[in-house]
Amino acid sequence: MDTMKEELRQYILSEFLPGEKPSNLRDDTPLRTSGILDSVATLRLVTFVEEHYGIEVEAHEAGVENFDTIESISSFIQSKQKPA
Amino acid sequence: MSALHLSHYLEASALRCPERVAAVDSDGTSLTYRELNDRASRVAGFLASQGIRRGDRVGLLLPKDTAALTALFGTLKAGAAYVPVDWTGPAERVRSILADCDVRALFADGRRADLAADIETVILLGEDKGDGPRGSVSGRFSWDKALEHEPLPADPAARRPDDLAYILYTSGSTGIPKGVTLTHQNATSFVDWCSSVFTPSEDDLFSSHAPFHFDLSILDIYVPLKHGASVHLVPDELGKNPKDLARFIASRQLSVWYSTPAILGLLAEFGDLDRLDCSHLRLVLFAGEVFPVKQLRRLVSHWPWPAYYNLYGPTETNVCTYARIPTPIPEGRSEPYPIGWPCSHCAALVIDAEGRRVEGGDEGLLYISGPSVFIGYWNRLQETAAAFLDRDGARWYNTGDVVKQQGDEGLLYLGRRDRMVKRRGYRIELGEVESCLYRHPAVSGAAAVPVQSAEAGVRIVAYLVAPAASRPSIVEMKTFCNQHLPSYMNPDVFVFVDALPRTSTNKVDYQDLIRRFEPDRKA
Repeated sequence: MDTMKEELRQYILSEFLPGEKPSNLRDDTPLRTSGILDSVATLRLVTFVEEHYGIEVEAHEAGVENFDTIESISSFIQSKQKPA
Repeated sequence: MSALHLSHYLEASALRCPERVAAVDSDGTSLTYRELNDRASRVAGFLASQGIRRGDRVGLLLPKDTAALTALFGTLKAGAAYVPVDWTGPAERVRSILADCDVRALFADGRRADLAADIETVILLGEDKGDGPRGSVSGRFSWDKALEHEPLPADPAARRPDDLAYILYTSGSTGIPKGVTLTHQNATSFVDWCSSVFTPSEDDLFSSHAPFHFDLSILDIYVPLKHGASVHLVPDELGKNPKDLARFIASRQLSVWYSTPAILGLLAEFGDLDRLDCSHLRLVLFAGEVFPVKQLRRLVSHWPWPAYYNLYGPTETNVCTYARIPTPIPEGRSEPYPIGWPCSHCAALVIDAEGRRVEGGDEGLLYISGPSVFIGYWNRLQETAAAFLDRDGARWYNTGDVVKQQGDEGLLYLGRRDRMVKRRGYRIELGEVESCLYRHPAVSGAAAVPVQSAEAGVRIVAYLVAPAASRPSIVEMKTFCNQHLPSYMNPDVFVFVDALPRTSTNKVDYQDLIRRFEPDRKA
């Protein structure tokens, strides 16, 4: 879980917040409503999540409910990884 | 058929084919020509009852759907001009636009009702209308109230070709958006040109991807409605999602697509196009920025059958040059496609710094004249005067774009000499970005520069000066800009520096800042 959050943090920092201190991107920092992730950036993040964690993200699942914070993204990935 | 007023297109089609479908929402709700025309006449009657007259401005702060389209035509039928504003935009920016052109009435989504405080007549639409105004609040009305009004009888004398039709706001270098004012004749000359080149028919199904505040919407709205075809309205959220959008194109069996290259590039990359049947597409039109050849080739490999056109023109002229793109795209080609030749209703002039007409393949600034060229910026006489050149008995608009003649392919776009950049088809004055950065209390110096990269296109880098003790985080700056600027203007990268470099004349040395930026820089 913590590894996953760190991986997401690293990805978001390097792609969308170059130069930012890791401590400024908290688990509960809003990513969408803050403008850190715009629509194109969100697509890239979703593609990263799909490829890195081997899950399929439906278009309707990529909204603010699941993709607004590192916390929510990581919970979402875990729920998708659990065998049905 | 040619029209003198944009509302004539709808009215003529409503007479000719009243029961055909005019417009369809993303949820499948549709309006026939008779329904759209009747509702728009009622809305016009309502606006007239509120004192809206010829030449007044009426704001549209709405998501894109058939109700917004009805409000738009109701405004035109009332003889007024519509001012479409991004309903998801930052509050302050929306307010400044509505105040700048002094809108007399506003159609607003209930979720943004707070932005309508200073406006005399407000009609609220959308989900929140239950909490909206009751009859007792003066100047506040429900959408149903407008639709219940008696239709406004058509009065030909009240509609003239040189009346103001709409104002589109674009980024302004001083930090305040500027309004490009366009008349009915400006728009109809372009729409009629589209008829001659794209030969639309009643059987065409058009996309409407661009928001109404973006000038690509002029083709999307009026060309199908002139010809009795249908327009399929793509709302904001769907428009940003390439997977859903690709399914939308396939399931609606669209025949004409028009958007920026940015969204077409995303469709080719993320849209799973090979799994969908988009064989009804006969025309793919794009405009707003240069289409990277690699992405265009990928798109054409998925969709080899439609005819592709690159359309060029600033909001001030609408499309003024165009080029048919021959397909398939040759493997070896890497240089961008040209913007082509002037449309039949426009004339182009390329001149050098000394004002001489450029010969052969030399570079120069592109000037455009013709009936589609705008009348001026709203309330900005000086900027309007500076945008035009009187020469050889014609009024030429300076596009600010540097071009050259590229053999028999027509004009090639090379870049700009000022501080405007294009991103996802939107114009961005870097001065507007800087003026936002300066509003942050900790920022004492700011400069925004464009950096080109092959894969990401144009990125905006913001250089900031702030005292070490109160230096904001990048997350904070990003959030701050998001509150004050549209998302396409939010800088991609923030860099803190001790001081901004200056040229010998003490101006910010932007070239030095561009050189300093290393795209590989990581956290």
